[in-house]
Amino acid sequence: MQVKVFVTPRKGILDPQGRTVEHALASLGFAGVSDVKIGRYITLNIEAKTPDEARASASKMCEQLLANPNIEDFRFEIDGSEYGTPKTAEVPTDRGRKFDFRDG
Amino acid sequence: MRWGVIRFPGSLDDLDAIYGLRDVMGQDVQPLWHKDESLHGAECVVLPGGFSYGDHLRCGAIARFSPIMKSVAKFAADGGLVIGICNGFQILTEAHLLPGALTRNRTLSFICERVHLRVENAKTPFTCTTRPGDILAMPIKHGEGCYVAPEKELLQMEERGQIILRYVDTNGDATDAANPNGSMRSIAGVANDSFNVFGLMPHPEHALEGELFGADGRKIFESIIAFQSVPEHRGQLRVGTK
Repeated sequence: MQVKVFVTPRKGILDPQGRTVEHALASLGFAGVSDVKIGRYITLNIEAKTPDEARASASKMCEQLLANPNIEDFRFEIDGSEYGTPKTAEVPTDRGRKFDFRDG
Repeated sequence: MRWGVIRFPGSLDDLDAIYGLRDVMGQDVQPLWHKDESLHGAECVVLPGGFSYGDHLRCGAIARFSPIMKSVAKFAADGGLVIGICNGFQILTEAHLLPGALTRNRTLSFICERVHLRVENAKTPFTCTTRPGDILAMPIKHGEGCYVAPEKELLQMEERGQIILRYVDTNGDATDAANPNGSMRSIAGVANDSFNVFGLMPHPEHALEGELFGADGRKIFESIIAFQSVPEHRGQLRVGTK
């Protein structure tokens, strides 16, 4: 069974790659682009008898290795169904700190 | 004192750590291979800098599953001293031996420069020969050193004194300009809640000889040696060492 895994930076985590691409899009003239996030897309095949078995296995893989629960959310698709909606984890914030580029 | 320096595929600073500890500090140093499970009687285990497993997936994410990491986790659970430098710090966070995570520098660039660090907690095995507020100069060289942790955890860490080093300017102020990588609360080094596991992005092993980047890194290793020379500490830390 093919599994498609999407790993994305957790909301509230600084994503400097996304920010840079957002600036680049704006400078290309694409107006109104916001919230650009850059994540990781992983595909893999699992040998499993049932979709449930594949789902349990993929979920464990995400939790243990494919995503870092401290900073990333994950979701995955098996046979067109979507699973593993990220748990409502606490959003890390850093009060009073601005996440701006040093060079603006 | 006996030290073990772990070599993962892609470790770069293992030889510098071995040279620094053995030739500069006069210590007994044993290189440890990542596939071995034995720590060869090390009293302090060093996870050196580098790019273990090519930094694939995430920095340190693969190395944490090396056979030796099981022994390191057990050694740490039994109170053994573990220090992770740069990539070693990343591995320790991935292994959940230290809180938080290290992400891409906010500048997106690899940074190689000399930074100043303020000692925030001097009552640890890694800083016991310093005083709170002491400023240490050491080099950094990393692309992913931006320290991140949930706010709740950061507050707990502050309360317990787990934040050991902060990036500061030469006056000792943790300004935004002195924060090279965008780390939350300017964090450069943290300990676990039992203070026997320590991770830092700066490189003390590259600051041992005055001619090269100063000698402030010695204070970290001298602290570990001083701590370990107290017989009560030693007895306790021998537990679980194999």
